[in-house]
Amino acid sequence: MKGSKPLYLVATLLAVAGLLWAPQLIAAAPREATMGFVQKIFYYHVPSAWLCFLGAFVCAGGSIAYLFKDSEAGDRVGVAGAELTVLFGLCVLVTGPLWARKAWGVWWQWDVRLTTTLLLWMIFVAYLFARRYGGPGARKLAAGLALFGAADVPLIYISVSIWRTIHPKTTVVPTLQAGMRGPFWLSLGTFTVLFFVLLGMRLQLERARARVDELHLAVEDLEDR
Amino acid sequence: MPFVRSAALLLWKDVVVELRAKELVYATVFFAAIVLLVFAFAFLGGPLPTVDVSAGVLWVALVLTGTLGIGRAFEREREGDTLRALMLSPLPRAAIYVSKLAAIALLMAIVETVVVLLMILLFHLSVAGEAPRLVAFLALGTLGFAAVAALFGASLGRARSRDVLLPLLTYPVVVPVLIAGTRGTVALLTGDGAVASYWLKFLLVFDAIFVTIAVRIFEPLLRGDS
Repeated sequence: MKGSKPLYLVATLLAVAGLLWAPQLIAAAPREATMGFVQKIFYYHVPSAWLCFLGAFVCAGGSIAYLFKDSEAGDRVGVAGAELTVLFGLCVLVTGPLWARKAWGVWWQWDVRLTTTLLLWMIFVAYLFARRYGGPGARKLAAGLALFGAADVPLIYISVSIWRTIHPKTTVVPTLQAGMRGPFWLSLGTFTVLFFVLLGMRLQLERARARVDELHLAVEDLEDR
Repeated sequence: MPFVRSAALLLWKDVVVELRAKELVYATVFFAAIVLLVFAFAFLGGPLPTVDVSAGVLWVALVLTGTLGIGRAFEREREGDTLRALMLSPLPRAAIYVSKLAAIALLMAIVETVVVLLMILLFHLSVAGEAPRLVAFLALGTLGFAAVAALFGASLGRARSRDVLLPLLTYPVVVPVLIAGTRGTVALLTGDGAVASYWLKFLLVFDAIFVTIAVRIFEPLLRGDS
């Protein structure tokens, strides 16, 4: 961990700088013709959504390592990924309806992206629930749930997309207006750096926790002797 | 012992246990009837509800009843510590899982028969020409739901707050089953054959994926945390 400290510091500074700078660029970006001011939510909504899905992948990868290789590191990656999914997912699920109320006139639609994101979020909330309240065996159980969750998402996506979809397509991103492109990519970059900084912090915390448990057991052994 | 024979023997054991106790069948059938009555009180009394409501009631009743049955089935295993005994035996792990899945599917099939009859009685469900396909929907939907619920039910054996966690873990995962089941049933009831076969295929794919994952992770889950 010691070797990665400078990198970690640089990343943290980058994230802070981005979080300070991006809002100014976003405020200065051109107003969208039809949606006006609410369109600016897009700069937070899209990066959060992409990191929510990234977190789910990270969690599923760690869970596979923990399930089949009994890798403790995999378990730590799993819980960190799940927490980030829930965190960024919450950002998506809060900013989305705020925008939808203005753009569609309703808070919620059973649209394919909305439904998929909501269920993905719920699966990872259940993951954290299982770990928190499950007691013995719950970590394996949660890892199994993450695996199902990863398999579930495409299925939910297909099943809901049979109904009509009104969510803006992903082609919105490459066809952005010139003035909007800069702030968007800065937002995305900042959120991504933030994601990895949080992931690193969370992993470090879990490692420290495991070490404390180890020491605790070692002391008990000494006392028994 | 070959795989199929082990699974069949274990299934037979569960059937015999249930034939002697009759606890699960009575409890789940009665619970299903109560759930349907609750829905009937909520939706009936005025004009007859649309087919969407009937299909939804059917599948929600199945999921609720299945959860109750599975929770109780594994509670019984836990009281006797029989699952641990099975894991200590030299049987293939997947055979243990498949036998549990089959036992639960069998139980749910009995309950579903009663539920569909009650639906015809209370909700005027009319499936005359589409009966084989409705059976196919129920069978595939049950398999998908039970594949996930049986896995979690078995591995929640030692966990605290099992009763809370079983639906909490299972329901978000089996949402595709509920969507395919209800939409497919609606399509059947409104005579939209093409849509119904689409959802049937979807359920088939879903079942294949979930049974595969469940068979694969059954052992690590039961072994517990390292």
